[in-house]
Amino acid sequence: MTAPFGRRLCPVVESRASGGYRLFSLIDEEGPEPRPGQFYMLATESHWEQQGGRPYLPRALSIADCAPSSPLFPDSGNKGELGGVRLDFLIEGIGPGTDRLCELREGEGVWVNGPLGNAFSPPRDLSPGAAGAILVGGGIGVAPLAILRRRFAERNIPARVLLGFRDRAHSGGLDDLFSCCEVRLASEDGHVGHRGYVTDLLATMLEGDDAGSAAVYACGPPPMLDAVHALCQRMEVPCELAMEAPMACGYGACYGCAVPRPDGGYLRLCVDGPVIRVA
Amino acid sequence: MINASGTFDAIAARRVYGDELLEAFPFSAFVSKTITPEPRAGNEPQRIWETPAGMINSIGLPNKGLEGFLAEDLPRLAELPVPLIVSVMGTSAEKFARLVTGVGEREEVAAIELNVSCPNVHSGLIVGEQPAETLALLETLRPLTGKPLIVKLTPNVADPAAVAVAAREGGADAVSLINTLKASAIDPATGEPGVAAGHGGLSGPAVRPVAIAQLRAVAAAVEVPIVGMGGISNGADAREFIAAGATLVAVGTESFRDPRAGRRVAEELSSGAAERGHARPQLEV
Repeated sequence: MTAPFGRRLCPVVESRASGGYRLFSLIDEEGPEPRPGQFYMLATESHWEQQGGRPYLPRALSIADCAPSSPLFPDSGNKGELGGVRLDFLIEGIGPGTDRLCELREGEGVWVNGPLGNAFSPPRDLSPGAAGAILVGGGIGVAPLAILRRRFAERNIPARVLLGFRDRAHSGGLDDLFSCCEVRLASEDGHVGHRGYVTDLLATMLEGDDAGSAAVYACGPPPMLDAVHALCQRMEVPCELAMEAPMACGYGACYGCAVPRPDGGYLRLCVDGPVIRVA
Repeated sequence: MINASGTFDAIAARRVYGDELLEAFPFSAFVSKTITPEPRAGNEPQRIWETPAGMINSIGLPNKGLEGFLAEDLPRLAELPVPLIVSVMGTSAEKFARLVTGVGEREEVAAIELNVSCPNVHSGLIVGEQPAETLALLETLRPLTGKPLIVKLTPNVADPAAVAVAAREGGADAVSLINTLKASAIDPATGEPGVAAGHGGLSGPAVRPVAIAQLRAVAAAVEVPIVGMGGISNGADAREFIAAGATLVAVGTESFRDPRAGRRVAEELSSGAAERGHARPQLEV
């Protein structure tokens, strides 16, 4: 599946707090529906470059969820006569670009390039014996697992969801993106769920009887991904990680998003990922 | 309107955007990322760092090497609807010669851009910083091909005009400038440079006034066609470069923000010129 060439202006139809994060939605009239794991390069139409010339480059955000938006059904998240796809993004303000995106209000325009990158694979593509999925998310990394869980549900692929957060301030997305499913939670400060790491929950699950029949899909901070990777390699469980790297372009032009390959050299996360099979 | 070398991967873009890329190809000619004799993996991350109105890059020239380029990339690039310019870099005259010979004998290639922002391992000097080194290099390479040779000047010199004169004397058909400016930035979270290599090259609108100054100096010193680049983001910027002496202009970093930037800037340049009653610049390769 290819993306429309170039960037296009999409209106914001919703923007609200989601726990300690924010959730905003755009209407993309042109673009195809994205697949879980894919991302977009975003920049606001107005007041970009306002903090002393920054942000300058667009920002890469994974798609958290999407839905067809039709002019016939105005309560499906669409406004006016727009058709196309509603794109939902979960965001945490950690710098000038994400801060500006957090300020978006309904009606503002956002430059959109995408959908970019590759998608998560169904469990049976990773291993013939993998009947179900375990989704492991940490912090803002829970976002792509929301659309993945929904797509698996639509295909009757059973999925268990494990989500971990540092503390209450650095958590969100639960009510908006995971309200209709059972979720096991972990928090480092113990404010909710298991006190500790989400990988503790994964280890328990894999050491049960699940190792033989599940594939693991993870997205979160690098130490979490390393722990998931190590666990899955040890337990011989197929595993895909949605990784992150600083990006300038998102479509292979700048060679900035290099991630080391296991056998030496680098891959470009935007065109060779962001979903990488590691086990 | 062409692309600045290293700011657009036509093969990757075609995978991402499909044939729409070819139908709306944003450049009148395509300049490849610099190739080196041997494959290079590139620098370790982090390779990019945003700065006010720009960015620092320390990518490290990852590429498949001459053989890999000729076997795998050249056939794909030959499918583009525009002429192909191949950028090459060698760390010695012998390595440069191997590249120019290998690339020069391919009919798919319209011109060769010499990336001289690299050290000569024998002398230890960066070729493009020294008029004498530049002249010597051109004298070695000129007899090896009949294809147009474009010398990509480095701005990290006190006197770019002298280097441009040397390039012309050595037989260069054109010069292009500016390449990126040596730059660094400290990550406030770590106290260390943001890019792993410690420093890199600055590009984007922040560098435009430096590019204009160097372009004026070079245009006053040589009579060859000049490809002007450095922070061009719209037609007005392109007009500024033409006024300062550029024959052709190139878009680089802006393509990261807007993949169609090359085409958009060209259209803005043409329509703006028409409004002002000026003749359209001749964009011939």
